[in-house]
Order: sequence, then C-alpha cells, then structure tokens
Amino acid sequence: MRRVILAVTGTIAGLVALLSFKSHVPSVPVAATTGGSGGSSSSSSSSGGQTTTVPGEFPQGSLAGKLPAGETAVDGEAANTAYGPVQIQLIERNTKIVKVAVLVQPANTLHDIQIGAFAFPKLISETLSAQNGKIDAVSGASYTSAGYIQSLQSALDKSA
Amino acid sequence: MTGDGTPNRRRHAEHVMGTVVSFDVPARAGEPRGKGSLGQAVRWLHWVDATFSPYRDESDVSRFGRGELPLADCAPELAEVLEACAVISARSGGYFTTTPGGTFDPSGYVKGWAIERAAAILTAAGSAEHSVNGGGDVQFVGSRIWRVGIADPLRPGRLAVVVAGRNFAVATSGVAERGPHIIDPYTGQPPAGLASITVVGATLAEADAFATAAFAMGSVARDWVESLDGYEAFAITAAGATWQTGGFGAYLG
Repeated sequence: MRRVILAVTGTIAGLVALLSFKSHVPSVPVAATTGGSGGSSSSSSSSGGQTTTVPGEFPQGSLAGKLPAGETAVDGEAANTAYGPVQIQLIERNTKIVKVAVLVQPANTLHDIQIGAFAFPKLISETLSAQNGKIDAVSGASYTSAGYIQSLQSALDKSA
Repeated sequence: MTGDGTPNRRRHAEHVMGTVVSFDVPARAGEPRGKGSLGQAVRWLHWVDATFSPYRDESDVSRFGRGELPLADCAPELAEVLEACAVISARSGGYFTTTPGGTFDPSGYVKGWAIERAAAILTAAGSAEHSVNGGGDVQFVGSRIWRVGIADPLRPGRLAVVVAGRNFAVATSGVAERGPHIIDPYTGQPPAGLASITVVGATLAEADAFATAAFAMGSVARDWVESLDGYEAFAITAAGATWQTGGFGAYLG
C-alpha cells in the first residue's frame, strides 16, 4: 500500500508539473472529451459520493462504491494547481494498479480541456504502463475520430 | 516511460477514414505531409478514404454501389478488394459480407487492408520497425517483440490482456465506441453473445475481416477461428467471461 501511495504522490507531482508547463491552448477540437461529463465534474469530490462514470476511457468520479471483490480504491491527495484542484483515484488489485479515475478536475475552462486532452491521458498511460510493462499500442473495438481522444491509444501517442 | 521516447522514433496520429490512425515509425520516415515514407503512407490512407468511403457520394465505392460506374472504370484496387472479400465471405459462411446494411460497403475489409498496406509502404521505403494502428486494429512490422494491450470493453480504461508478438497483426471487433455497428447478416440484428473479439495473425487485412465475421457469429465464433490456419482469437462475452483459441497462449505477453 505504501508503494501505491508513493505512486499517487509521484503522479500528482507529475501532473502538477505538466499543468505548470502547459501554457497554450491546443488547436484540436476536444470538446467531446469533457462534454460527456456535463457540469458534473465541478461538483465531484471524493467525499461527496459522486459516482458518475462518463462514457469513454477515463472514468470520472469515485469508483469506490462499485468495485468487484478484491479491488480497492486509493484516493490521491488533492493537488492545488494554477487552474484549480486536481485529485485522482487509483484502483488496485493484488497490489497492481488496474485503473485510474478522476475525482476532481478544474471545470468548464479552456484549461479543463487541456487537462482532459493532454495531462490525464499521459498520467493514465504512464500508470497503466508501469503496471503492465511497456505497451506499444492498444487494440480495441474501433473508435471514431472524436472518440480517439479518450482512447488508451491516444494516451500512448501523447506520452511518446 | 511509455511510447518510444528515443529520439530516433516518432509517433503521429492522422485523422482519416472516420477514425485516427496512429503511426510509430523511425524518425527518418519524415513528416506526415512530407515526401518521405510517412507522408507516402498518410497520402495512401487519404486516397483510400476518397476512393473507398461509402459515406462519400462521389467515391468509386459509392458510384459502383449505385451502378453508375462499372468495375472496369473504378480504381483497380476495388477489384482486388472485391476478390478478397469474396474469399473471406465464403470462408466465413457468409458472416462476412460486403452488404452489411443492405447497400454495398466493403469497409469491413478495406480498413485493415489499407492499414496493412500503409505498413508495407513504410517497409518498402526501408523501415524495419514500425506499427500502424487504425482505430484499434494494428499491423506490427519488426523482429523485436511488440506488446499490445487489449482494451476491456466492459471496463473502460482497463486492459483485458496484453498480447505480444513479432511481425504480426491484431484486430478487435466489438460494441464499444461506435455502438453496435456490426450486424448479423442472417438476422439483421446486432450479434448477441460477445462484447469483443480479438484476432491475431500475420496480416491485418485478414485479421480484421476475420474479427468482423467472428463478432457477427457470436458464440459459435470459437470453433470457426479454431479452423483458421495461422490465426488465433481471444473473446470477452457480454457476460464478462473470456475464452481463447488453442494457440492464443503463444501470444500472451
């Protein structure tokens, strides 16, 4: 468990660093990334019982209440960034991180889009890869051009 | 780090054919709009899109489907595609079809074929190690071991399994992002039974078409894929159970 908490700390630190250095608004249309969550992301928090999971690869909201047996949720510390608080949750099974959920992210700003399009994919990609070994690509039922941004493959592409 | 962060590699994501095609290539493949092999491969995919898209009224496929353009006047690649589709349709007992929605649409073969050929363009230009991922269907070229995560359709964000191999292809059909876009040609309904099926083998054109056919078959797909030389499958049922064909274990990463 200590190792997991260290990982949370490390990834949060990395995320904060990413947010600090990412200063321009990407030109790609990524509205679909955050559109699915509507306004719910602004109200989600680890203590508020938010359990909404948006379609796509990056679940938002705590998964703690609906995990299968053998899996546990570990909430990261909320990190205050220049754009607002960010908090993630790691789901582990047999000491391996099997999933990452987003508990809190800054809502409804252009920076929000940056986070969804850049920082979270990178974070999640690194987390999954650290657990599964290096992965070169992801195969899955075909995604649309708009759906790509939430795919694990896009996380790999962005992290290269 | 994920990806290949070494300075002599590059990744590129191209929006084309209604999806995104991700390239992992040597840096010397050049720019996606350049004259090098990456540019050639990207231009090939856009040509395929313009020629084979059933969503473009003026594509050869659309005009051929409406009976306005005889095959002899279409791009010669269409005849090649039709021949391959006929073979796979016969091998799959009709589960693979070029008229999935009633109108002519060979997309079930074209995408994998186009991605495989894009990889071949890079090979012909001298690259010995690259991958091309067309919306989740991937052709890997190179003698090193490539590792590919299979997305779990029932648990978004998770990998169901990791597959590894050299010089091989991985194609997955399922209900995920695009909803039930594959229908059982015998019932006209989305197939029941499988959430996704992944087919691995030498070439993506076949692997992709086999995955499409197998997904349409549903629960009887297992025996069929077992009968295909050189191809193996891993499936996740709608209920969350998994099965794999006898030789699939050789690909487990």
